[in-house]
Amino acid sequence: MISQTPYSQLKRDIASKKHPILKIENLKKAFGDNVVLDGFNLELFEGENLVIMGKSGSGKSVMIKCLIGLTEPDSGYVEIMGKDLLSLNQTELNELRTEVGFLFQGSALYDSMTVRENLEFPLRRHKQKFGVVNDTTPLVEEALNNVGLLSAINLMPAELSGGMKRRIALARTLILKPKIILYDEPTSGLDPITSKEIIELMRNIQRQYNTSSLIITHDVDCARVVAERIILLIDGINYAEGSFNELSNSKDEKIRAFFKN
Amino acid sequence: MMGTGNIERFFIEIGDFSYFTKRFFKEVFTRPFEFKELLKQCYNIGNKSLLLVSVTAFIIGLVITLQTRPTLQEFGAEAWMPSMVSISIIREIGPVIIALTFAGRIASGIGAELGSMRVTEQIDAMEVSGTNPFKYLVVTRVVATTLMLPILVIIGDAIALYGSFIVENLKGDVSLTLYFTKAINALSYTDIIPATIKTFFFGFAIGMVGCYKGFNCEKGTVGVGLAANSAVVFASMLLFILDFIAVFITDIFFEI
Repeated sequence: MISQTPYSQLKRDIASKKHPILKIENLKKAFGDNVVLDGFNLELFEGENLVIMGKSGSGKSVMIKCLIGLTEPDSGYVEIMGKDLLSLNQTELNELRTEVGFLFQGSALYDSMTVRENLEFPLRRHKQKFGVVNDTTPLVEEALNNVGLLSAINLMPAELSGGMKRRIALARTLILKPKIILYDEPTSGLDPITSKEIIELMRNIQRQYNTSSLIITHDVDCARVVAERIILLIDGINYAEGSFNELSNSKDEKIRAFFKN
Repeated sequence: MMGTGNIERFFIEIGDFSYFTKRFFKEVFTRPFEFKELLKQCYNIGNKSLLLVSVTAFIIGLVITLQTRPTLQEFGAEAWMPSMVSISIIREIGPVIIALTFAGRIASGIGAELGSMRVTEQIDAMEVSGTNPFKYLVVTRVVATTLMLPILVIIGDAIALYGSFIVENLKGDVSLTLYFTKAINALSYTDIIPATIKTFFFGFAIGMVGCYKGFNCEKGTVGVGLAANSAVVFASMLLFILDFIAVFITDIFFEI
């Protein structure tokens, strides 16, 4: 790993003020002979925006799915809000998942449900926790208002554009008021203007909800605006860590390659 | 000739399917129960198959009677027509043909729907939101197919007999009451009960295969098409195997 002195100072500063809300140690995952993660480590601190960058197929999505229990790692340690993820039973895992939002790359809205039903779905699953009895409308409207799409409440996902779908998916993620949000390529497949809107929305949400965000992307503009820290995932390990400026001005060709437009 | 790789894949598939079925029995009896979704699936699967099943059954009744009548007439046995048709439809033709029609519509539909949900990460999204997608998507659909097929077969059998009556009425001037009295008198419990019981198994098999293929769909749109297609093929094959087993067991107990 490449040493970045000013960045180390930055990380120390963040770490001294806040606790790691999410921690990964020595995470390993292989599919047959294809080693995807080979001892990956990270710490995400409270209220922080951490960006993971890597080439396509570098294991970013596998890593983020290991964090939410969708993929089981071969070995390693994952801790979310002080709980060892890999030792949780299904009920405990489901409870923890209400604290961790996940924005899927393709939005993953339920095709057969309206926007309202898409947002109500997670709420109805956890109504005891949120004190919702029958009327979910205020919470649904609040979440849609926050992404500026209240007018789409009765539309079906097929009637929405790519950018609208992403915003609705974000609203569905927010409705459970998670402490951590995992973003899997939040701007992929969107035009530059819509990408900027989504990036702006992510920043607003971070400010409004005070969430910690782990963002997987290869969109340099997204990383520039959102990231407090960046980790480069190359060959299954943290190849480099630093702030956007430090990494983009690195002398290492492999690192600089990520920041060329 | 089947290669070694194909044989290996076949047994792996059987093993995976058995594990999937075992998981169904584990999940079906544990809370929470998704009653609302189950009712929705019963409506989707039952009500929306009704027209197709009715038309198919009506045509079966017409065709059997039209095809058989000349032969019975040759022996002067037209009076046996209602008995012959009712026994053949209730025991075998009704359940099997209606189940095959149902498999064509429902197994492929479920395979494509769940396959598409898998490919677009909707199943993952469900899991992330703290919902058990197996319980919500698979258990409800399999229970719905298991409950709805027997009802559809009973309705279909009645419509097939009505189709048969129309031919008999046009060609032989038989009244509705006479036709159905003869048709029902020819039946015994050993015709009706085993035939009805096997339709529960047919419905279960169709739901399981459709869900298995869709739930385990591989990435991509090609995978969705394959899931839908193989669900119909696998379900149809399984129906004939189950039918053979059902007839075999019935023969042991009731000496048909």
